Amino acid sequence: MKPMSKIVTTVTDVIIWFILTFGIYIVLHGHLTPGGGFQGGAVLASAVALFVVAYGKDRARAYLSKNFYSVVECLGLVLFTIVGFAGMKATFLYNLLAGTGGLFGNVVTQGVNPGDLNTAGIIPILNVGIGLEVVGGLSLIVISMLWGLWDVFGVHEERGGIDV
Amino acid sequence: MGNSVRWLVFLFAATFLLAGLLSIHPVGEPINTAMDDYFLAWGQAETGANNIVTSVVFDYRAFDTLGEATVLFTAVSGIVALFRGVKTR
Repeated sequence: MKPMSKIVTTVTDVIIWFILTFGIYIVLHGHLTPGGGFQGGAVLASAVALFVVAYGKDRARAYLSKNFYSVVECLGLVLFTIVGFAGMKATFLYNLLAGTGGLFGNVVTQGVNPGDLNTAGIIPILNVGIGLEVVGGLSLIVISMLWGLWDVFGVHEERGGIDV
Repeated sequence: MGNSVRWLVFLFAATFLLAGLLSIHPVGEPINTAMDDYFLAWGQAETGANNIVTSVVFDYRAFDTLGEATVLFTAVSGIVALFRGVKTR
């Protein structure tokens, strides 16, 4: 897979930051607006896919590593489980931070309101955990599938075969 | 198989499908609303989340979400194992 034209790479340079910002916004505001960890993680992983498609084989191999995304994915799942065990005094995944005034602990007003980011207890933390897990997992799927393709078909490419 | 047999099978299946379609409960008039009413009345106070869907997914049913995350983790593990570095020579 060769890098795409100058137009595509320039547009990618600009738009990839907007995609990352939007994905992080969706993950962090999961308890206020539609979205959450799964959706925001998918948006963030689409930025990785865009980078690979626009910049091609050599840049992608230089900048993206499988180990980094495996670590990110495992960290997300471990964070989720640790937060779950933290509320073990009551029950697994008990919302022990909601309404206590501490981290994410503001008391929410009843009814329709504009929303406050510092509410909802463990829900934003779980959203971040799920977001890390999904962005790591989906990026790992894209990366390992492409790396495997390149390993197999790279041999033929030297002899003027398929360009993947 | 003749044409008439095909028509018979078609009419037989279509009758049952149409009967099932016509007897579906109308959308927007649920029968058992106890759980929905509880989430709408207490979701904001108990979890502090304005988004009721998130309060169900990440608080009341968070264990189910952990299972979902595990499913994704297992799928990714399988794909990574399948597409690991293959040396052709």
